[in-house]
Amino acid sequence: MSIPITGEHAASKINQNVPGSVVNFSATDVWVKVDKLIDIFSCLKNDSELDMQFLNSITAVDYIEYFELVYHLRSLRQNTTLIVKTKCFGREDITIPSISGVWRGAELQEREIWDLMGINFSGHPNMKRILLWEGFPGHPLRKDFIR
Amino acid sequence: MSINTQPVTINLGPQHPSTHGVFRLRVTFDGEQVIDVEPVFGYLHRGTEKLAEERNYVQIVTLTDRLDYVAAMTNNLAYVRAVESLAGISVPDRGMYLRVISAELQRIASHLIATGFLLDELGAFHTPLIYCFRERERILELFEMLCGARITVSYMRPGGVFQDAPIDFWPRLDDFLSSMPGYLDELEGLITENEVVLARTRDMGILSAQDAIDASITGPVLRATGVQWDLRKAEPHEVYDRLDFDVPIGSVGDTYDRYYVRVQEMRQSLRIVQQCVEQIEPGPVRSETPYFIRPDAVDTYVGTESPKGELGFYIVSDGGISPYRMHIRAPSFINLTTLRDLLVGWKMADLIVIFGSIDIVVGEVDR
Repeated sequence: MSIPITGEHAASKINQNVPGSVVNFSATDVWVKVDKLIDIFSCLKNDSELDMQFLNSITAVDYIEYFELVYHLRSLRQNTTLIVKTKCFGREDITIPSISGVWRGAELQEREIWDLMGINFSGHPNMKRILLWEGFPGHPLRKDFIR
Repeated sequence: MSINTQPVTINLGPQHPSTHGVFRLRVTFDGEQVIDVEPVFGYLHRGTEKLAEERNYVQIVTLTDRLDYVAAMTNNLAYVRAVESLAGISVPDRGMYLRVISAELQRIASHLIATGFLLDELGAFHTPLIYCFRERERILELFEMLCGARITVSYMRPGGVFQDAPIDFWPRLDDFLSSMPGYLDELEGLITENEVVLARTRDMGILSAQDAIDASITGPVLRATGVQWDLRKAEPHEVYDRLDFDVPIGSVGDTYDRYYVRVQEMRQSLRIVQQCVEQIEPGPVRSETPYFIRPDAVDTYVGTESPKGELGFYIVSDGGISPYRMHIRAPSFINLTTLRDLLVGWKMADLIVIFGSIDIVVGEVDR
């Protein structure tokens, strides 16, 4: 059975390598600062103990006051999982760093988040809409989207 | 003497028999050689994730049928597992065995389609495909006995399955289980050592294990690269920990390995179903679950091994009767991340074969 890594353990590990980047943690999740995402994920991927070499999925949730990005990571060798979350505030022109340089698996998923949720990723090699066409008005998975 | 050539960009699809649905590739050729590929998504986008926000947890089962529409049982399973983990619902033993039986039969049906179309794309038009469809038809008939539908089954519910299998289901299943290995031998006799198939698939479209892991690729495409990763072993859900089966892997990660891993997986699935038939005991098939499920305001992610790879559901609840947000981690979609690397440098006819060997279903790519 896969063992979930506790938020506390992940938080101490991240704080060791990228000081001051953890905002909060719970039993299962760890919340980090949005501007240090690339450093944090490079550290989680290359750390020999955590060994999170596999990015399972990325998604975004619209909580109206803020958007929450959810990253599900996995270690295939140790069969462990980790959930990293980050909040970004505001509704217009949101840009956060792309992690497609750390894991290529992020490429299509980040484009999907831009398309449906309207969060832009800086440093992405091909940041454009994926499921809807260019010129589609709005981002349909937002809670204030009106058909 | 050198000939000056000019790159030509053509559209493959969206209406094209070998793109496995309405999928479009914008391909740039230099003569016969592929020099650039850009997949264009979205022709079958129906907004499943948004639709789910307006439906209750039981109604969403019907939406999941239409994701990977050749493997509806495993979609049902992946979804109801996520709801059960969210709301803390338990499943009776007989329900779990019925789920595993139907999911594994579905895996065989899905792999039969992948194999049949591979031959179709190699130029062996229709005849081998019909062989595969003939056996798939028997599986669909079994599904019809279980729930009345062949493709969009909606057989599973949070807490179990919709109804018990009818009495005449079991002899039909035994019949299928006894004849299928012989049929697979026959199919393998046609393909596995076939010189034309070997020449067209060996060492083509090679994906390394490192690249596959980096690009979040799962399922038979990952296992063909030699990585022994299967969620049925890594996170044994339902009754998989009581069953004895192997996880077949490839060695080079080429088109041939992707084919061969699928054929071996079909044999393993037959083993699993056989053991389930031996172990299943009478009992309830569904726990007492209310029609309107109101989970606490929490979020959960559950991944399930579907025929294409890890199908994951991330559900956020706000305590209401429908999810606040539902995200689908679609294996067909994410497995296309490295498509360009696999195809560049090969000829036009090989493009179709390599693309087909990834085995995507557009309902799941576009959702």
